[in-house]
Amino acid sequence: MEAAVKTQRQMVRLRGRSYVAFVFVPTVPILDWLQEIDATIARSPGFFAGRPVVIDLSSVDLSQAGIGHLLTSLQDRNIRVLGIEGVEEARLTPTMPPLLSGGRSCVVEPNAPKKTETKAETKPTSLLLEAPVRSGQTVIFPEGDITILGSVGSGAEVVAGGSIHIYGALRGRAMAGVNGHTSARIYCQKIEAELLAIDGFYQTADDIDAALRGQPAQAFLQGNTMRITALN
Amino acid sequence: MAKVLVVTSGKGGVGKTTTTAALGAALAQRGDKVVVVDFDVGLRNLDLVMGAERRVVFDLINVVQGVAKLPQALIKDKRLENLWLLPASQTRDKDALTEEGVGKVIADLRSRFDWVICDSPAGIERGASMAMRFADEAVIVTNPEVSSVRDSDRIIGMLDSKTVRAEKGERVEKHILITRYDPSRAARGEMLTIDDILEILATPLLGIIPESQDVLRASNVGTPVTLSNADGAPARAYIDAARRLCGDTVPMQVPTERKGFMDRLLRRRAA
Repeated sequence: MEAAVKTQRQMVRLRGRSYVAFVFVPTVPILDWLQEIDATIARSPGFFAGRPVVIDLSSVDLSQAGIGHLLTSLQDRNIRVLGIEGVEEARLTPTMPPLLSGGRSCVVEPNAPKKTETKAETKPTSLLLEAPVRSGQTVIFPEGDITILGSVGSGAEVVAGGSIHIYGALRGRAMAGVNGHTSARIYCQKIEAELLAIDGFYQTADDIDAALRGQPAQAFLQGNTMRITALN
Repeated sequence: MAKVLVVTSGKGGVGKTTTTAALGAALAQRGDKVVVVDFDVGLRNLDLVMGAERRVVFDLINVVQGVAKLPQALIKDKRLENLWLLPASQTRDKDALTEEGVGKVIADLRSRFDWVICDSPAGIERGASMAMRFADEAVIVTNPEVSSVRDSDRIIGMLDSKTVRAEKGERVEKHILITRYDPSRAARGEMLTIDDILEILATPLLGIIPESQDVLRASNVGTPVTLSNADGAPARAYIDAARRLCGDTVPMQVPTERKGFMDRLLRRRAA
């Protein structure tokens, strides 16, 4: 049987290929330098994710334990070190990344930060709620519009940076355009609101035209006055 | 499978305790093993409505704190074989209810009964939140008035967020029970209509209990209304509600104004 499963001998092919890697040059004190790295990660998360990184130890004088500590600190930040440069081989343990030499500098295309920017743009700017908003509940979404498939109960509060769309009765409070977005509007299928506000301008139930009550309506700003009209 | 049912409302005086006793008795009459648990620590009433106030020795708080064993605190109903009461303490307050302790008691009751009916205190504080915490189903008692309906809406919001089921991503099955419905006032447009209430609360209806002297009379003599006058309109409405809780399909009766003999004789007033 063993003879039958014997596989054909494969030729081992060795090829050279060069890659672009980030080179980190730690400086003393290492703690401050790590804080700089943290700041970079905070500004653009994922900046180093999945990127090969080489550390150049030529400007610091670290013991073997010191190098080990630096490597784990980087690992804690999800930075994987591919190789080490600028140190005698004797200071590295076999489990550490290998010593590299002969690196050449090149221009790194900054496509990683671009990626995170586009991510921010695709973040949804509307919030969809498929259940009624009950009395005492507050829904706050400063990033954009809120759409509610259901009613907003008396004593409930909906706060949006953009417009508010309610496919049901509005019996509670609705505040649109809270970040100074004057073109925000409030739409509802049935207006019985306690309070409507757009960009700080508000009307209470008493101010709302009695003829509109129970009708589909919208509220919007015209200059510094709020207008509430029927939706037909 | 045992079911934990909370009877709640937010607002006080709408008929939670009456409903707990009436539904408990109606379910026990069907043959299910039922315990009614009073969560109104400090203001207990359920023992009075059940007519068991003279037999209370240990209570829910004693069991929660491990002072007494559950069987010591359970009071068996004198009329129905399958109906039991776990009374609340009158001398303590609601802070004595710990989530861990209540959870243990409810789990223990689950293993002994078919229905665990928790009578919630009014309000939205500790007592009410503990009563609903472990519920599988909820009966929200609502009167046909604006304040009661708004409080019920608030309670429904809590049932959807603050219960163990809600936190696990499951749902608590909710039912609206409209009590103190007065057909003559409804006809005059002095109360919210059934449709208004259901539209605001967006929750299925379990039953409509008409306003009746029967209810007050039953409470005063310490008998669940479903036992004291089983043929009366409120008792029939509660029995139907209990059947719906068990999954039966029972047509909904909207109470109508009953005209007495004198009303019919003197129907129209001469101008």
